[in-house]
Amino acid sequence: MTAITMDMNTPAAKPASRWRQVWSNLRRSPSGMIGLSVLVLHLLLALLAPWLAPHDWTLQNGYQILQPPSEAFWFGTDHMGRDLLSRTLMGGREAITVTLLGTLLAVGWGGLVGMTLGFVGGRVDAWLMRVIDALLAIPWLLFLLLVIALVGQQTWTLVLTLGFFFGIAVVRVVRGATLEYVPRDFVLAARTRGESRLTIVVRELLPNVLDALLVEAAMRWAWMLLAFSSLSFLGFGVVPPTPDWGLMIADSRGMISIAPWAVIFPALALSTLIISINLTADALAKAIGLDRAKAPV
Amino acid sequence: MLKLILQRLAMALFTLLTVCVLVFSITEALPGDVCTAYLGRDAQGTRLENCRQARNLDQPALQRFADWGTGVMQGSLGTSLKRDKPINDLVATRMRNTAVLALGAALIGIPLAIFLGVIAALRRDRPADVLISGGSIFAMTIPEFVTATVLVLIFSIQLQWFPAVTTVRHNAPVSELLPNIVLPMITLALVMMAHILRMVRSAMIDVMASDFVQMARLKGVPFWRIVCLHALPSAMLPTINIIALTVAWLLGGAVIIEQVFNYPGIGTLMIRAIYDRDLPLVQAIALILATVYVLCNLLADLSSLALNPRLRTAR
Amino acid sequence: MSEPQTMNTTMTSMLDVENFTLGYTNAEGSLVSVLRNVSLQIAPGEALGLVGESGCGKSTLALAMMAFLRSGSRVQNGTIRFHDQELFALKPKMLQSLRGGRIGLIPQNAGQSLTPTLKIDAQLYEALKLHSNLPRSQWRQRAIELLQQVRLPAPEAMLGRYPHQLSGGQQQRVAVAMALAGQPELLILDEPTTGLDVTTQAHILELLRTLRQELGMAMVFVSHDLGAVARISDRIAVMYAGEVIELGSSREVLLQPTHPYTRALLNAIPRLDAEGLPPSLPGYPPKVGSVTQGCAFARRCPHAQPICGEQDAPLAALSGHQVRCHLAGELKRPASDSKVVHLPVQSSEESLLMLEQVQISYHRPGLMDTLLQRPAPVATVDGIDLQLKKGETLALVGESGSGKSTIMRAISGIQPARDGQIRLKQDDLNLPVEQRSKALKRRVQMIFQNPDASLNPRHTVFEILQQPLKLYFGLNHDACRDKAAELLALVRLAPHYLDRLPGQLSGGEKQRVAIARCFAGDPDLILCDEVTSALDVSVQAAVLKLLKELQQQRGVTYLFIAHDLAVVKAIADQVAVLYQGRICQVGSVNEVFSGHHHPYTRTLLNAVLEPDPDHQPIIQGEDSPEQHPPARGCAYQRRCPLAEPRCKEQLPPWKTDGGNRIRCHLELDALATLIDRPQMIKAVNA
Repeated sequence: MTAITMDMNTPAAKPASRWRQVWSNLRRSPSGMIGLSVLVLHLLLALLAPWLAPHDWTLQNGYQILQPPSEAFWFGTDHMGRDLLSRTLMGGREAITVTLLGTLLAVGWGGLVGMTLGFVGGRVDAWLMRVIDALLAIPWLLFLLLVIALVGQQTWTLVLTLGFFFGIAVVRVVRGATLEYVPRDFVLAARTRGESRLTIVVRELLPNVLDALLVEAAMRWAWMLLAFSSLSFLGFGVVPPTPDWGLMIADSRGMISIAPWAVIFPALALSTLIISINLTADALAKAIGLDRAKAPV
Repeated sequence: MLKLILQRLAMALFTLLTVCVLVFSITEALPGDVCTAYLGRDAQGTRLENCRQARNLDQPALQRFADWGTGVMQGSLGTSLKRDKPINDLVATRMRNTAVLALGAALIGIPLAIFLGVIAALRRDRPADVLISGGSIFAMTIPEFVTATVLVLIFSIQLQWFPAVTTVRHNAPVSELLPNIVLPMITLALVMMAHILRMVRSAMIDVMASDFVQMARLKGVPFWRIVCLHALPSAMLPTINIIALTVAWLLGGAVIIEQVFNYPGIGTLMIRAIYDRDLPLVQAIALILATVYVLCNLLADLSSLALNPRLRTAR
Repeated sequence: MSEPQTMNTTMTSMLDVENFTLGYTNAEGSLVSVLRNVSLQIAPGEALGLVGESGCGKSTLALAMMAFLRSGSRVQNGTIRFHDQELFALKPKMLQSLRGGRIGLIPQNAGQSLTPTLKIDAQLYEALKLHSNLPRSQWRQRAIELLQQVRLPAPEAMLGRYPHQLSGGQQQRVAVAMALAGQPELLILDEPTTGLDVTTQAHILELLRTLRQELGMAMVFVSHDLGAVARISDRIAVMYAGEVIELGSSREVLLQPTHPYTRALLNAIPRLDAEGLPPSLPGYPPKVGSVTQGCAFARRCPHAQPICGEQDAPLAALSGHQVRCHLAGELKRPASDSKVVHLPVQSSEESLLMLEQVQISYHRPGLMDTLLQRPAPVATVDGIDLQLKKGETLALVGESGSGKSTIMRAISGIQPARDGQIRLKQDDLNLPVEQRSKALKRRVQMIFQNPDASLNPRHTVFEILQQPLKLYFGLNHDACRDKAAELLALVRLAPHYLDRLPGQLSGGEKQRVAIARCFAGDPDLILCDEVTSALDVSVQAAVLKLLKELQQQRGVTYLFIAHDLAVVKAIADQVAVLYQGRICQVGSVNEVFSGHHHPYTRTLLNAVLEPDPDHQPIIQGEDSPEQHPPARGCAYQRRCPLAEPRCKEQLPPWKTDGGNRIRCHLELDALATLIDRPQMIKAVNA
């Protein structure tokens, strides 16, 4: 045994886990840290809003219509005399809940279907992808609006329809990410070993596709918030008088020249939330080593 | 080559057929039918009966799909419930208006996006890139209605350069439309540029790191020649698909912006159709927009064929 | 050339590297030296070989000679001068005219180094436009001349093609033509033949030799392959961990190596005329920049003294060549550590694997094919008859596209055979892997070429080993862990490797893990797909030895794919030579290599390179690859120098000579007389 030596050096300290590595990469990105802090702040504010809000967010006051920001009303009041600070604080709760649930649904079904299609391949994959293409071609906003118009604006309707339509794009992305790994030798090794398809998908492919899935989730969440606020803006999202940023902007838009604050504060809240998610997603993708811009929109 | 083109055409045709089936079945799957949806609370008695008869609702779904399908094949999209007019007439001018808007936005947006994307890639992580990339994140993520509102506040209310909302009729000649499209066009161009720019930047960074670009440098090829002749064509390949997607979105999905500016395009018509629960009109618009999407993708596929010798020529 | 340089007559060197140290900022943000104190000179018209294993800095040094640094690198010390001009002080304009002009580069992978969206003519014209004074009207003529100069057939047609439409060898020739367009005084060749088939490689090397004689330019030839370097170079610089550790004439370095590393490296190369396995070097090359003090080789050196680890070794001049070793003076004797490892074969008479008339085709008839009744294309692999005894090693050899891997995929059940019989003792291996019983799956295991790809990058070594243990034996976590540690010990790895990820291991360690995983199933038959071709020579020898030892301990049978005939000679008992999916010759290793040869076997053997300045490969026929096997007759008919009309019509019969079987129309005696084995020709080096 002269030719082959064992590496008997003292065992190196257990190598840092991958996620710790990703986190330390993330911490090195200033834009990512800004995004993450703003995001966490937003989530905290939304969670604690009922206790933080200084006024009743539905209370109308005819004597306090369109007041500019003052000591009593930090963000001013709207055309019904409601406190804008309280409404802005509360205005993200419904949006965040619906879109978070919707994102989970979309990434869940899209990821599963995408991974399976990518692994199975062949004709099944080819035909089903044509159907997915056709589904992508359908203007989803139109059908989203139609479903909501006919079924109603309940939370679960919104979650299900948003989750379904956004999952279609996830299928494509995850399938693409899976296809990158399917021809690799370690999958072939598992196949020659005789592992079952389920084992290969779950044990071999999932850990590798997880990166793409995670970034995809963050990204879909941002898009879904954008879509949800558009729905609210059109009057198909949240039922009044529940406050919602999109709806608040739509309501006050006509008065922008006399009461700009009524638009500015909810717009600021909405924009910072979406931007913070995007910045976080970008930095996360970079920390993981993925290129987010390449994912189809 | 011809075989490849025919293959793409066949695929697009198949997708369109699937779209027809999907559009019809989704509308079928919704609760109620065309008449109950349209009439709402009044959906009872003779009004409902008359409506249902006029629409052949007593026929089985398959029969109705066949009828609808043949109509579409012959170029007739049916009649609107609310307006009681052929949908073709309603849609034609709106589609024209949207196309004018989209064309303007695309003509400004696409070249500028490619240019800025290349600059950002070449100046990666330097101030110019940070500025361009940062700007693109903002343009991409701030909701369109917020951007539009801010633009209106600045250019219509403060500076009074452009009208805040469109007041001309949908069938006005293009020359009357023109002053109205400036603000929506800028809003649209901003959003689409952000998407294309990010893609160009990322593709360009990859290509600039490739072996053949390094080789071109080591062959003493001047820098800008490398960028334009060696790198850009390869970087455009993945970009074409994104351009197709954004153009498809411009031609159909720019609903919010049209709504904000009250622009008489296909997007506003769509919202109107939803408010009116005019299902035949909704179906027709869905079909048109899906066709636009499929055609844009087809064009992208064909331009990839033209641009990528690997796809075009066999070994 | 824009301005003819007034040559200084007293100057002997054209390129002068002096004390050059190059730093690189690594992922942790610290500056490590990739090249340390490199000094060497190149005289006009001289060819210098830069050799070393992966990561030794040879390519970095070669690119630095064109003033090209990878991003994150910077010159820490020293200079590189070209005709007394400091390269790193040149203005961008000057540098541009130098690169591709007076200094040309031939890249490693021409396929990826040619711009994919530009036709060959556009790329050649660009070089002419930038680096010659020719008027536009003459570009086409000159481009055709250049393509002729690199011996490309039909140059006019070649001009209108895109790079991906050419074969690997053709792409490499185009890259050479492009470098010649600037009429360089110095040509830098960065692993120009790596990744090419043996016969193509021999052709390209011959082309480079003749071009050098015709044009008289200097060359820097970078390669890990000492055989290829021996063909081209006048002098050789051996690099290890960023240092030049030995520099001298080719003859001296190859025949009388002095540095312990050079000796060990030369010994580790398997050779056709040697018996048994080559001796291996212990350990692995150090990571880039990890050695900052003392001799970089000290940790692996069998002669290491305490001083080696403490002080940097000086570059000592020893009878005409330079050696960086503390012990250089004492080690002058021919090395005694060059003993060859012999391991007895323990094959029994019991036959384990049987292939009978196996036919494999990737073609799946589509709807249109059935409708139009199109004939199916000729099968990728056809008429394979093989027998493998228990405890033996059978090697499949042939160039890329010869169907070696396809046969392996059929045996493993990934791509089932279309026709014929594959059996493992009594069990049917024609079944696709999904339909095989668990026991049968366990008995056939596979090791892949590239451990980077065959190990899941997200799994720890333990998780990798756990999977077969769970699948085949249903062991629980703790039992798996014990067994996994045992398996690691089997491949000579310490148990603390269990918690590492593949990314934290070196190439050799990864391949050991892959071997351990395959032994987890306690298999009878192991399919080895080019298992050492992704590894460095010094590591390859150790892995080959490990495989041989495991075969003795466990009595397993190997089916071994390789393109390197010397490796096959070292490890295999039986060998089958494949061309275009058909067997040309099969038999025991000794008989096949030293008895009668099929014309194709001879072409392969003749193209083999040896790290010996006197060895000269014989080049036959063309190196143009074929797309499809011929529908009738001998598979080798299109390239065979001895082809007769009947070869195109009739399938040749088997000719038997003891255990050596050859499929050829010619009589064995006729085969023996026509072309001789490559011989040692005492050639005077130009």
